[in-house]
Amino acid sequence: MENMITLTIDNRAVSVPKGTTVLDAAASIGINIPALCHMDLKGTCVKNAPASCRICVVEVEGRRNLAPSCATLVTEGMVVRTNSARVVRARKTVAELILSDHPNDCLTCPKCNDCELQKLVTRFNIRRMTYKGEQSVRKKEETPAISRNMDKCILCRRCETVCNQVQTVGVLGAVRRGFETTIAPTFDRMFKDTDCTYCGQCVAVCPTGALTERDNTDRLLEDLCNPDKIVIAQPAPAVRVALGEEFGLEPGTIVTGKLATSLRYLGFDYVFDTDFAADLTIMEEGAEILHRLKAFLGGDKDVKLPIMTSCCPAWVNFYEHNYPDLLSYPSSAKSPAQMFGAIAKTYWAQKMGIPREKLVVVSIMPCLAKKYECEREEFSVNGNPDVDYSISTRELARLIKRSNIDFKSLPDSDFDTPMGESSGAGAIFGATGGVMEAALRTVYEVYTGKTLPRLEFQDVRGLEGIKEATIDLNGFQLKVCVAHTLGNARYLMDKLRAGELNYHVVEIMACPGGCIGGAGQPYHHGNVEILKARARAIYREDEGKPIRKSHENPDIQQLYKVFLGEPLGELSEKLLHTHYFDKSIQ
Amino acid sequence: MKVSCEALRQVEAICRKFKNDPGELISILHECQNTLGYLPEEVQRVIARELGIPASKVYGVVTFYSFFSMVPKGKYPVSVCLGTACYVRGSDKVLEEFKRVLGIEVGETTPDGKFSLDCLRCVGACGLAPVATIGEKVYGRLNPSDIKKIVAEFDG
Repeated sequence: MENMITLTIDNRAVSVPKGTTVLDAAASIGINIPALCHMDLKGTCVKNAPASCRICVVEVEGRRNLAPSCATLVTEGMVVRTNSARVVRARKTVAELILSDHPNDCLTCPKCNDCELQKLVTRFNIRRMTYKGEQSVRKKEETPAISRNMDKCILCRRCETVCNQVQTVGVLGAVRRGFETTIAPTFDRMFKDTDCTYCGQCVAVCPTGALTERDNTDRLLEDLCNPDKIVIAQPAPAVRVALGEEFGLEPGTIVTGKLATSLRYLGFDYVFDTDFAADLTIMEEGAEILHRLKAFLGGDKDVKLPIMTSCCPAWVNFYEHNYPDLLSYPSSAKSPAQMFGAIAKTYWAQKMGIPREKLVVVSIMPCLAKKYECEREEFSVNGNPDVDYSISTRELARLIKRSNIDFKSLPDSDFDTPMGESSGAGAIFGATGGVMEAALRTVYEVYTGKTLPRLEFQDVRGLEGIKEATIDLNGFQLKVCVAHTLGNARYLMDKLRAGELNYHVVEIMACPGGCIGGAGQPYHHGNVEILKARARAIYREDEGKPIRKSHENPDIQQLYKVFLGEPLGELSEKLLHTHYFDKSIQ
Repeated sequence: MKVSCEALRQVEAICRKFKNDPGELISILHECQNTLGYLPEEVQRVIARELGIPASKVYGVVTFYSFFSMVPKGKYPVSVCLGTACYVRGSDKVLEEFKRVLGIEVGETTPDGKFSLDCLRCVGACGLAPVATIGEKVYGRLNPSDIKKIVAEFDG
C-alpha cells in the first residue's frame, strides 16, 4: 500500500501508516519504549507531545544524534535501535538528571507505587543518586480538592496541556525560565484565586506526586471509629466499574456487590447508592426539561433553551467563572450526590430519628471537584453540610487495603434501602452521554405517553467530543447535544452566547469520557482502552438491571408519594434545586 | 496600585494595532512596556482578553523575558552589563556603586520613581567595558568613582 511505511526496529520489520511516530510503530509490535512527558489518550483530545523529557530517545541509523521517538516520524527503510548500549546509557542519564532536582522522598509520597518516574527508575536499574545539586523550592498548596507540591514537578507539561488545550480553563502555565521555571496558576496565585474549576484533570495526568488529590481518608477513618456518629456511604455510578483495577482486576470489571460489602466491612452504618439519587435527578431535571419545552412550544419567547445538565461540579464552576451572563440556561437541579445528601439529612434522618449533627454523609466519587462541591455554602444547613465530604475511588481503594480487607475475595451484597435501589438509567450517569440517555428515557415516555420501543440511544454514546441526536416526540423533533471536556463546553457556550446554538437539551461533563475518566479514578496512565472498558461496563450494568427507567424506580416513586410531593414541587425546589453565582475574575 | 482606565485604553489600542493577533504577543508586550513602563496584572489581563488567550500564557511570557517587568521602571532605567568582558573589567564594582548611590537593590525602583536598577548581559560594546546604560544612553569605560556624577546629571 502506498501510504504504508516499512522500517526495522530492533531487527524486526514493521509496516505502519505514514505519519506514525517511531514510538507508536514500536508499540504496534510489542516494543514498549519508555516515555515520560508523552501522553496520548487516543480518540479523545487529550494529547501531550512536547518531546521535552528525552526519555524515549532511540538510535536511528545514519543519524548523528539520538532521536526522541515520540516526535520522530517513520520513514521508509529506517533502521531503529531502541535498546543499544548508547541508548540505554543516554536514557539512564536523562532519568538521573531529572532525579538530581527531585525530592526523592518516595517512601512517604502520595504517588508512591503509582508514580511514572519511580517506575522508570526501577526499570532503568538506577540504584543511587548520581548527580547531586541545588534543589528547586517551589510552592505548595492544599485546596479542598487538589494538593499541589511543585517540588515534585518534572516539567512534563501534561497538566499545562490539559488545563489549556483540553479544558481551556487556562490556569496552569509555565512561568519564569531555566532553573527557576515552575508550572503555576496565573500570576502565581493560589488555585482558589483563579478560574480553576477543580476538574482535577491535571491530577489525572500528572506522572509524579506534584499534583494529587486532597486526602480525606484519615478523617473518614476517625468518623468510622467514632461510636457517636452514624456514617453513611453513597458511591457514584463510575466507581463500581473502576475500583477493581486498584486490586488487579481487569479494567471494566463490575464490582458493585464487592463495593457494597467492602463499605460495610469498613464500618459504614448504612451503605446506600448515588445511583438512587441519579434517578431522582432525572425526575427533577426531566420535569424541568418538560416544563421549559412546554413553555417554548406554547410560544414563550423568554424561555431559556437549551437547558443544560448541572450534575458535574467542575462544569458548574466553569460556567460560573466564564459565562456569568448565561447562568439561567443550566438546569437548577443539584448534582445527584448533593440531592442524596439533602434527602438523607431530611427525609431519611427524620424517618430514622437521627439528629442531623450525628449523621455523616460520605460520597465516594470518581471526581475531585466533588470535594469542593461539598464545601459550597449553599449546600449546608447552619454550617452543617448536606454531604460532609467526599473521597475518590483511589482513596477508597487505599482505605480498603489499609483495613486489611482482601477485596477480590469479598462476597457480593446489596445496597441498603430505601436509598439504595436504582434503575439502569441511574447507572449510566457515569459515562459521557449517560445523563442525556437517562433523561430521554423518562422525558420521552412522560411527554408522549408511549413506551419506548428501544431504550438505547446509541447516538449519544461513545468517546466523540461532541455528539448530537434528534428524537421524535409525537412529531416534535427534540434536538440534543452531548459534550465532554470543558474545551468542548466552551465551544458550545461561545455559540450559545452568539445565539447560534440550536439544541433543546445539552449534556456536559468536564472529564474525558465523563465520570469514568474522572480525576478521582484509578490512574489510566495514558491508556484510553481503560476508559473504553469502563464505559462498556457502565452499559453492561444498565442492561443487567430489572428496571431501566428512573421514573419506574419504586423507591423514587415512594419518596415522592410520602415526602417530596411532585417534581418541581415546593419541597423538591427547596431540597433538590440550587442557584448559581457570578464568579468571574475581573 | 491601580492602573488608570486611560492606560488600559492605550493597551487595548496597542492590541488592536496588531490586529489582536496572538502571534504578536511579544511585540504587544514590548510596546505596552515602553508606553507604561511596566506590565502589571491588569494590563496582562486586558491583553489576554483582547487576544483571546489565557492570562496564564501572557504571564508565562512576561516572566520568561527579563526585559519585561511587573513593577514600574524608573524614569531613567539603569542597566549595568555583567557580561564576561565587562565583568572581568570590574562591572560588579560599578553595580555595587550604583546600588549605594541610588539606595536600591537590583530590580527595584527609587521611591521618587526616577531610577530603577537592573543588570544585563552584553550590549555589544565590549570594547568600552565596563558598560552601563541609562535610558537610551550608553556609558563606557566606567569607574566606580564616576557613578555619583553621572547620576547627578539626571537628578537635576
